[in-house]
Parts: sequence; C-alpha cells; structure tokens
Amino acid sequence: MAAPAKTQSSLAKLAPLIIRRVLSSLLTLFLVSLVIFTVSGLLPGDAAQEVLGQSATAEQVAALRHDMGLDRPAHVRYVAWLGGIVRGDPGMSYVANMPVSQIISDRLPNSLTLAAITAVISTVLALIIGISSAINRGGRLDSALNVTTLSLVAMPEFLIATLGVLIFSVKLLWLPSIALVTPEASWSAMLRSMALPVFSLTCVVVAQMARMTRAAVADQLDRPYVEMAKLKGVPFSRIVLFHVMPNAVGPVVNAMALSLSYLMGGAIIVETIFNFPGLASLMVNAVTSRDMPLLQSCAMIFCATYLALMLVADIVAILANPRLRA
Amino acid sequence: MSTKLTTFLRGLPVSGRIGLALVVFWLVVALVGPWLAPYSVGAFVDQDVFSGISSQFWLGSDYLGRDVLSRVLWGSRYTVFLALGAAMIAVCIGTSFALLAAIRGGWTDEVISRAMDTFISIPSKIFALVLVAAFGSSLSLLLVIAAATYVPGNFRIARALAMNLVALDFVQVARARGEGSVHIALREVLPNMIHPLLADTGLRFVFVVLLLSGLSFLGLGVQPPHADLGSLVRENISGITEGALAIIVPALAIATLTVGANLLIDALKPGGKA
Repeated sequence: MAAPAKTQSSLAKLAPLIIRRVLSSLLTLFLVSLVIFTVSGLLPGDAAQEVLGQSATAEQVAALRHDMGLDRPAHVRYVAWLGGIVRGDPGMSYVANMPVSQIISDRLPNSLTLAAITAVISTVLALIIGISSAINRGGRLDSALNVTTLSLVAMPEFLIATLGVLIFSVKLLWLPSIALVTPEASWSAMLRSMALPVFSLTCVVVAQMARMTRAAVADQLDRPYVEMAKLKGVPFSRIVLFHVMPNAVGPVVNAMALSLSYLMGGAIIVETIFNFPGLASLMVNAVTSRDMPLLQSCAMIFCATYLALMLVADIVAILANPRLRA
Repeated sequence: MSTKLTTFLRGLPVSGRIGLALVVFWLVVALVGPWLAPYSVGAFVDQDVFSGISSQFWLGSDYLGRDVLSRVLWGSRYTVFLALGAAMIAVCIGTSFALLAAIRGGWTDEVISRAMDTFISIPSKIFALVLVAAFGSSLSLLLVIAAATYVPGNFRIARALAMNLVALDFVQVARARGEGSVHIALREVLPNMIHPLLADTGLRFVFVVLLLSGLSFLGLGVQPPHADLGSLVRENISGITEGALAIIVPALAIATLTVGANLLIDALKPGGKA
C-alpha cells in the first residue's frame, strides 16, 4: 500500500515542474518565431519586387504587394504568418508556385527516415564507445578514443562526406554517391542509397554523444556505492551493468537528446552533398532562391525539433535526478 | 621566458603538443602564406586541369588549371582571419552582456538571459542560413553573421562564470567601497575569468571555422573572387571522381586546423582529461 502512495506524491510534485518546463519551451518557441520573422522580414529587397524582377513597373509591384499582403503593418503580417504556421498552412512558395505545406510534406518523411536510422546507429555506437572508454579511464583505449572523438567533433561534415564518397563510391564502387530516394525504389536500393548519408551523419553525431556518455558513466563510477560493491567483491562487469548503468540512464538519455541536435546542423551539409531530397537541402535551396515563406517554415520546423529535443533532455534529467524534484 | 615555454610544453600531453604545432603552423601560413605563394592566386598557369603533384605545381592544379598551393595559402588567410575576428567579436559582445547581467542582476539579468535563451534555441547553422538569406554574404556581413551566431553561447558560459565571482567576498567589498559597475566588471570580475574565457574563444574559433567553411561549401559563404578553404572544396567538387588533390588539400587544411585547435584546447583544460 505504501509504495503506490509514494509514487503518486512524487508524481504530484513532478507534474508542476514538468508543466512549467513545457510552458517555458512554448514561450521560447514563440520568441524564436518572432526573431525569425523579424530577421527574414528585414529583407532589403521587397519580395514583390523579387518575384516580378527588375523590369516590373511600380504599379505592378504595388498591386502584387497588395495581393501578397505586404502592404499591411508588420504586426498584422506577423499574426497572420504565425497563424498560418500553427494551422499548418504557411502560404505559397514564391518560387515553386506551390503551397509550402505540400513541398514540405513531400520532403519531411525522407529527412525523418534519415534522422531515425542515424539516431539508432549512433546511439548504439556511442553507448559502446562511451562505456568502454569510461571503464578504461586513463588507459590506452580511453586516450585513443578521446583523441578520436575530439578530432571527429572538429571535423567538417563535408570532409567526412567527401572522404566517404571517395572511398566507398569512387575507389571501391560499393555505394552510389547520390541518394535517389523515390517511392518506387525497392528497400534494398533505398538502403544502399542512404548508406553514405547515414555514415556521414553518424560520424558527426556519434563523437559528441560518446563523449557525453563517457562523462555520465565516469561520474557514476566515482560514487561511493561503486567502491562499496568493489569491496564486497562484486565482479566489475556486474557492477557496470547492474549498479552503474541503471543510475546513469538519466544522464545518458539526457546526453543522447542533446547530441541529437547536432543532426540538424549536419543534415544541412550532408543532404546537400548527396542531393538527398530532405528538409535540410530544401532549406538550402530556399536560401539560394530567397524563397522566404519556404525558408521561414523550414527554420521553424528545425527550431521546434531542436526545442523538443532540449525539452526531452530536461524532462529526463528531472525524472532521473531526485534532487531536482525537491 | 624560454624556460617558462619549455615547462609549458613539458606539461602538455602529446595530443596537446600536436594541436599546438598545427595551430601555430596555420597561423603562420595565414600570416605569411600569400608572400610564399609561387603563383598569383587567380592566374591560369597549367594547361592541364586537376593535374597531380609535379615540380612545377607542388600540390597540382585545380579545375581551371590554377595552382592549388597558391590558392590554399590565400584561402587559409580568409578562413583563419575571418574566424579569429568573428570569435573575438562574439566573445567581446557576449561577455559584455554577461558582465552587465551578472553585476546588475534583477530584471536586467532576466531580460538579457531570456533574449539569449531565445537565440540559443535556434541551431547555429539554421540561424546563419536565415541571416544569409536576409542580408547576403559579403565578407563583412559574414564576419558579423558568424559573430552574431556565437554570441549567445559565449554569453551563457561567461554569465555562469561571472555569477560565481559576483557572489564572492572581494566583489562585495568593492561594492561596499562604493566602486562603480564598470570598475567592478573590468577590475574585479573580468581578470578572474580570463582563462576560461580564452578557452571559450578558442572553441568559438573552431565553431566559426566549421560554420563559415560549411556555408562556403554550400556556395552561401565567401563569394568569388574571394575564396576561403571551404570555397576551394566547393569549386573543385567535380574533381572528386578522380580523387583530385584540389579537393583533398583544402578539406584536409580545414580539418587539421580545427582538429589541432580542439586538441590544444582540450589539453589546456584545467585538470586535463580526468
């Protein structure tokens, strides 16, 4: 009887903490939307002018400005814009003459697949690297892994991708260097064409993740209970698996969520190199063609994902750390 | 001085010494490289494109038959100095705001921290892309964009450092003495956080190098006729099928610079790699 009552009371204490954290994220997202709208609305060239080109007459530009609603005051435009994004209908793309929502919904699943595969592979790899260097602290393996991950963190994404292409598709001819993802493609063809993008992204993410995992596990290994278990004669592998890992789950999941945010920066370069039809390469195209509605929507999706990852990381940290509940 | 230097070098782990050597190498190259360049940076000197190593062209030629060595020597100057400038601007602005927030406290701190929290919630590459789309990418704009992107990160670190110091006795004493905020910021707080701040400047430098060469690689960074190392990789990308030196050399140049800086910073961290 006592146990359920206890969990309920701690849940009751946790709920307001978590709700406050969620509300704070929503507030930040709102402020972020304000920043993105302001920055991209400060365009020196007018969007209507941009669409019509230099030869347009002043009347044509004025008429299009009116049609696009650009002659309304800034705060009215902002409210309309934000409303559109929240409803999932951010308007028309300037360049493609298609609804932005349609362009994005064509691309989003590809990016999500890429991110999901990368996340699974890099999580497994990071756990292996992080735990094995934490339990070998100060040893040869640890310092070798330390230098390797440090170097990988500082490696530009395009170098990893370029080397990948050079080795696997130019020299060895194993994999295609361009990712052609079509709905008709078979599973094996799709996996083959995604192999290099996934490889490059994994290299980008895994280093940071492994370093944070190592720090979290090493922190637990310093605790007195590990000493106690050692003195009792518990085998080391058992200490790591059954004593340390359950306690490190919170910090490790926190580290995973934080490092997954590196996916977004990496995806921008990697998707572009491999011509991968995803959201990040779409955003780069939107920058090149100065397609503001498309750019703003992509930026908002990335920022919302980023904030969601941070939120998950924080909530896991709250749930895992009894001291934060007090 | 020289004994100080040798004890400093002895104290560094091997990885730190390698890092230091790489960083010093690239700083020197960026400073004097253009005078060492055997050919003019834009000159079409080879009839062949993507040629290999020869006595005439030490690192081969690029997609237009220009000398790769000369272009890399020039490109490293853009990469290194843009990044150094942007990192220093970012740290100056971020730290100034941090000192202001920590010393004033109250609603000043609330407002500044909230604003910085907002900016830090925009992934840096995304923020830079939006800024480039809105304002363009001339050299001076790139400098400002890269600096603006990394101000919030530095602010967060500097504010945490300053907050710890502001609570200490000597700051309280200075306040009781009636010293002004500027004196407290510059004479009491700043000197005590200078080391971690320098390390953070180094990290921001690495981030800016990666950001700007990434933008240049996408064709959104440094624009012709200027070319940084990222642009050199981009313009020669068609040579990848033959594994041309023109693409490998600039890419390796960026990697050795950032990896070197990262190894050095890691080795200088207090407590080393505990």
